[in-house]
Amino acid sequence: MALAETTPQEPTDGDQPRHDLQTDQQRDPQNDPRNFAPVIDLNGLSVTFGGRPILQNLQGELRGRAIGLLGPNGAGKTTLIHTLLGFHEPSSGTAHIFGQDITTDAKQIRSLVGYMPERDSFIAKMSAVHFVRLMAELSGLPPEAALERAHEALFYVGLGEARYRSLDTYSLGMKQLAKLAQAIVHGPRLIFLDEPTNGLDPPARQRMIRLVREIRDSGKANIVLSSHLLRDVEECCEEILILKDGRLAVYCNLEEERKSNRKFLLLETRGDQEKFVAAIGELGCEYAITGDTRVKVVLQGGTEVRDLYRIASQFDVQIRRLSYKRDSLEDIFLKAMENGHGGL
Amino acid sequence: MAVYEHSYKLYPGKLTPEWSRFLVIPRHAFRDVFKSKLFTAFYVFCFAPLLIEAILIYLHHNVSAIEILKTMGIVNAIQELIPIDNTFFQFFVAFQAGLSFLVTLLVGPPLVARDLRNNALPLYLCRSFSRSDYVLGKMSVLFILLSAITWVPQLLLFLFQSSLEGFSWFTSNLWLASAILIASVVWILVLALLSQAVSALVKWRVIASATLIGIFLIPSVFGQVINSLFQTRWGSLVSLGALMTNVTTGLFGTFTQTSGRVTDFDGRLLDVVISEPPLWVSWFVLFVVCAICLALISRKVKAYEVVR
Repeated sequence: MALAETTPQEPTDGDQPRHDLQTDQQRDPQNDPRNFAPVIDLNGLSVTFGGRPILQNLQGELRGRAIGLLGPNGAGKTTLIHTLLGFHEPSSGTAHIFGQDITTDAKQIRSLVGYMPERDSFIAKMSAVHFVRLMAELSGLPPEAALERAHEALFYVGLGEARYRSLDTYSLGMKQLAKLAQAIVHGPRLIFLDEPTNGLDPPARQRMIRLVREIRDSGKANIVLSSHLLRDVEECCEEILILKDGRLAVYCNLEEERKSNRKFLLLETRGDQEKFVAAIGELGCEYAITGDTRVKVVLQGGTEVRDLYRIASQFDVQIRRLSYKRDSLEDIFLKAMENGHGGL
Repeated sequence: MAVYEHSYKLYPGKLTPEWSRFLVIPRHAFRDVFKSKLFTAFYVFCFAPLLIEAILIYLHHNVSAIEILKTMGIVNAIQELIPIDNTFFQFFVAFQAGLSFLVTLLVGPPLVARDLRNNALPLYLCRSFSRSDYVLGKMSVLFILLSAITWVPQLLLFLFQSSLEGFSWFTSNLWLASAILIASVVWILVLALLSQAVSALVKWRVIASATLIGIFLIPSVFGQVINSLFQTRWGSLVSLGALMTNVTTGLFGTFTQTSGRVTDFDGRLLDVVISEPPLWVSWFVLFVVCAICLALISRKVKAYEVVR
C-alpha cells in the first residue's frame, strides 16, 4: 500500500470532513484531548468580505491545550481569530467556544478569553502598569484587584522592573510582553496569541515561547497560537490547524502525528522512477512519490537498503541521496500546502 | 499569579457589573486630563461665572449687603440689581455653554483619535466590553466634565435661590430647573457626539480641534450671509450655535420673532418682521446632527476596519 493512500481523501467543496484526532495508539485518558470538551467547535464557519470568501466552511472540534494556527500569509488565520472574538460576523455557519455560540453569546465568550493582537496596540501616554490595570478593569476586575493583577502579570512576563515606564519608550520585545500581560491579566480560560514572536530577537523569542509553554503547562488556560513560524508552533503547541486559502487543510495532534509517522527513507533518484517504485511496491514496502526525483519508502520486515540498491541497479536508476527521516511539522505543513484542503 | 510565585492563575474573585464598566474609561481619562496644569487651571476658572452667579443671588437676599452697596454708591435700590428670573439663569446657562465648548475643544478630540491611532480598539473590544460601552464611556468623559460646570452647579444655584426666596418661588419656577437641565444636557450631548465623531474621523488632535471649531464657525458665518441676503432667519438652521440659542430661548420662554431693520433701494430704513424658523425645526435639525454623528461613530468605532 502506498503511503499516499493512508491519508484522508480530498473532500469536495462544501463537504469537508470533521477533523477529529484519529490515532490507534494508546493514550493517557487524563491527557487525551479526545476526552476534553471541545474548546472551539467550528460548525461550517464561513466569512466573506465584500463577496470574497475569506474563510470557507470550517469544520472541526479543537480540544488541545495549545493549538497552533498555521497557514501562509492571507490564509485566514487572523480572520478566524477575529471571527471567534466576534469582530466579524460569519457569513454562514457558526462556532462555539466552551459551548457558547460566537454569534449569540459574544459578550460571554469575550469574558473568557484573552487576546494578544498581531499589530502594535496600545493606549498612548500610559505606563505599562496603568495600561494593564485599565485592561483588567475593562474585563470586570474591581480597581484594587486590577492593580494587583496588573503588577503580577507584568512581573510574570518579565516587565516587573519596567512597569512604571511609559509604553511609548518600550522596545518592540517589551511591547510584545506588555501585550501578553494585558491578554492574561484577567486570567482568561482561552488565550488567542496572534503572531506573538513577530519582530523579536532570539532571546526575546525564547522568553515568549517559554511563557506560552508555562501558561499551557499550568493547565489553567487553553492557547490558540497563530503564527507563520513553524518553529514557534512546534515548540509550543500540541495540536495544529493549518489553513489554506480560507479552508481547513489539516487539523492534527502534533505529538501523535510524530509518533504515528514511521521512520522512512527519503531517496533522491534519477532514472525510470515508475518502474523503480513499482518494484519496491512488489517487495511489500510502502512508498510515496513526493516530487520528480524524490521517493519516500517505508521498509517492511525483511527488506533492507541493499534491496533498494539492487532494484535501482536492475532498472538502471541512480540513487543520488538516501536518508532516514521522520515527518516534521514542516513536512506536514508542506504536504498540506501541496494537497490543498482535505488533510495529509 | 502572585508577583513572587510567577505562575499563571485564573482570577477567582468577583467581577464588577457589566453595566458599570463603561465608567472605567472616564475614571482613567480624568487622570490623564488633569495631568495638565493648564487645563486644570482653566477648568477651575470655568467655575468663576458660577461664583458670580451665586454672589448675585446672595446679594439679592442680603439686606446688609445691599446697604453696604448703597453706601458705596454702587446701587440705589434693590431693583437696580440684576433680577433673578429666567433671563438671569438663561444668561449663565449660555455663558457656561460657551466655556463648555472650550473644554470640549481641549478634551474631546483626542478621546477616540488616540485609540484609533494606536490600534487600541481591539484591546477594548476583545473583552466583555461592547462598542456601545466604549462610545458611552468616551462620551461620559465629556458628559461628567461638562455637567460639573453646567447643569449641576446651575441646579444647585436654583435650589440656593429657592431656599432664599421661599417655597412658593420654587414651585412657581420649577420649569426653570427643567429648562436649565434640558438646555445644558442637549448642549453637552451635541458637543460630546460631535467631538466623538470628529475624533473618530480625524486621527490627529490638532486637526480634530480645528475641525470642531470649523463645524461651529463656518456654517455660522454661512448662515449669517444667507440671513442677510434673503432677509430671513432660516439661514440659522445651518449654525449649531444659533440652533442651540433657539432651543435654549424656547426652553426659557424668551423665544421671540426677531424684528430687523432693512434699507430699501431708496435708502430708507424700513422695519420688517423677520420670522425665526419654528422651534421644532431647530430641535429636528439638532436631532439630525446627533443621528449623523452616531452613524459616523458607529461606522468608525470597530475593532478592525475591513477593507472591502
